[in-house]
Amino acid sequence: MAQDTASETMGLFQETVLISGHIIDSLLLAKVLDIILMMGGTFDLEDVHIGKTREEPSRARIVIRTTSKELLDDILKAIQPHGASVEREADCRTADVPADGVFPDDFYATTHLPTHVRLNGQWVEVDRIEMDLGILVDERASVARAVPMGEVRRGDRIVVGREGVRVSPLQRPRERDIFGFMESQVSAERPHGHVIADIAARMRQMRDRYRRGQADSKVLLAGGPAIIHAGGREALAWLIEQGFVHLLFCGNALAAHDMEADLYGTSLGYGLTAGRAVPHGHEHHLRTINRIRSIGSIEAAVTSGVVKQGIMAACVRQGVPVVMAGTIRDDGPLPGVITDSVRAQSAMRAAVPGVGLALLVASTLHSVATGNLLPATVPTVCVDVNPSVPTKLADRGSFQAVGLVMDAASFLSEVARILGRSA
Amino acid sequence: MSRLLVCPPDFFEIEYEINPWMRLSNRVNHERAVLQWHGLMSVVEKDLGVVLERMTPITGLPDLVFTANAGVVVGRTAVVSRFRYPERQREEAHFENWFRGHGYDVVTVEEGLCFEGAGDLLGFPECWFGGYRQRSDIRAFPVLSERFHREIIPLELVDTRFYHLDTCFCPLSGGELLYFQPAFDPYGQIAIAERIPNERRLSVPEDEALRFACNAVCVGKHVVLPAGCPTTERLLQERSYQTHSVPLDEFMKSGGSAKCLTLALD
Repeated sequence: MAQDTASETMGLFQETVLISGHIIDSLLLAKVLDIILMMGGTFDLEDVHIGKTREEPSRARIVIRTTSKELLDDILKAIQPHGASVEREADCRTADVPADGVFPDDFYATTHLPTHVRLNGQWVEVDRIEMDLGILVDERASVARAVPMGEVRRGDRIVVGREGVRVSPLQRPRERDIFGFMESQVSAERPHGHVIADIAARMRQMRDRYRRGQADSKVLLAGGPAIIHAGGREALAWLIEQGFVHLLFCGNALAAHDMEADLYGTSLGYGLTAGRAVPHGHEHHLRTINRIRSIGSIEAAVTSGVVKQGIMAACVRQGVPVVMAGTIRDDGPLPGVITDSVRAQSAMRAAVPGVGLALLVASTLHSVATGNLLPATVPTVCVDVNPSVPTKLADRGSFQAVGLVMDAASFLSEVARILGRSA
Repeated sequence: MSRLLVCPPDFFEIEYEINPWMRLSNRVNHERAVLQWHGLMSVVEKDLGVVLERMTPITGLPDLVFTANAGVVVGRTAVVSRFRYPERQREEAHFENWFRGHGYDVVTVEEGLCFEGAGDLLGFPECWFGGYRQRSDIRAFPVLSERFHREIIPLELVDTRFYHLDTCFCPLSGGELLYFQPAFDPYGQIAIAERIPNERRLSVPEDEALRFACNAVCVGKHVVLPAGCPTTERLLQERSYQTHSVPLDEFMKSGGSAKCLTLALD
């Protein structure tokens, strides 16, 4: 069962206990914590209050985690005689959605960490967890999933308050690569070599898993047009052709400049090989967009042979889904670009389940948008020449993202080289 | 002047087994038991000048004689015990009646918690110690600590032979502690050492601990303890305590001695 696997890797068997009294000088707290560790559990010490005088009691709240239900029960049994009592558990509280698209007051706002809610006495994992959403529950079916504000309908039941909601911190993954640290230290001065090597190794591993049909094996790339301008187009197209990327999030610009390069050999009017502005080159992307619009779709442009090479062509040929989200400054836009940003967000959200690695490359907008949609359990890399992008991503809560301050083309070329592309 | 609550051993017997000392086959010599009890009372009354309050013994309650487990008295408040074993739970109402009849404010710990009175709660004026795991529940102590504004350091009792704190731990009036260290786990031993410096801790040897040397009654500079504990007596005399040894082996058949047979009232 998927639940068991998740519980084992995430250490989700947990219980909160309270202990109070003269627990410090009597070494009672130390004894209880020692028992937990000696028996093979782990703990987080929360809300420790130490009495200010000898008479004043102290108290502590201890979250105990184990890898099995049996061990958790054994530990609880062992510490209860020492005064640790299980915090009284209650089901989560819910309230009706008062009107379409409106959460009830006091709705629980999610984090992107693994979350469980207690329904009818059972802890149920919240499906499709994502930050800044609400939790929709079906009490009768004992299921819960994260839901955006705009999608709720009158009468839906939404979790309110914090009671009966459990958020689990990330456990260190077994792999001892850069993702093992899961922290977004952003520095242009850090050597990139080993970081890129680790990313490439993960991509190779993901491709094997994807080919075997395993869960959470998709590699998502969210990218901006700088990939094309900087010369990363061939490397990315190669990665897609070779089956290393399984989902692409981008905007109008990346697709337009990718196909402009194929049709005119320019990117935003600059000759990609000569590196100079071409006369009237600034019109090329407009003529490209217009051409595709006249054909009707990017897919038709590729299958009809009008667009032969590049990222979009690779996606069409490999059957890699592309979600294109429009912006207010777009020209055209290209057919397939979703111009309603709420719809675009929903389309991206619908594509996220199954993603096991996310590469956010050279785009502030798409990186932050994608970061917001990803559970914290998805290893994420944010690559940008501007350190403020990975920083912004981390500031908005995607702490699991590894920040890499470098040019998109160099990054993609190096990853492709490690994965076997001849220079 | 000190007052102690006692209960004559009219119905003292071994009628059940609720600690490792009790054996149904090990009959009490009733005559000897009565003599020993009166011997103890005589020392306490005459040598120590203590006033004795005598409870009326009740047939069918053989352990009513161990009044240390009636509860704990602080000023005019009596916290009445809630015994772990049903055999002794029948004593609760009698102790409660006695306290009420003598004008004490009676307090009980919440239902479901065991607390066996002065058998498991002992201490010095500032800091009290609570024995748990064998009989009393550790959860009783925060409640009592809050009520009486005293620090209570819980100590786990790890040896079933020392099933009450007063069987292995005896605070003395001069601030010293008479105790048997192996009855506590390392956490408890450290906690005791933190509160009572080394020079004030008097360690009783195992053979005398097993004769319940620590189950002693200390009033001023007098200590009444069971006979057969010469090392303990010497330790006490070195600290200028006057020792009074009393044969109490009939009560040891039940796992009790001098201290168990008395309850300090004020």
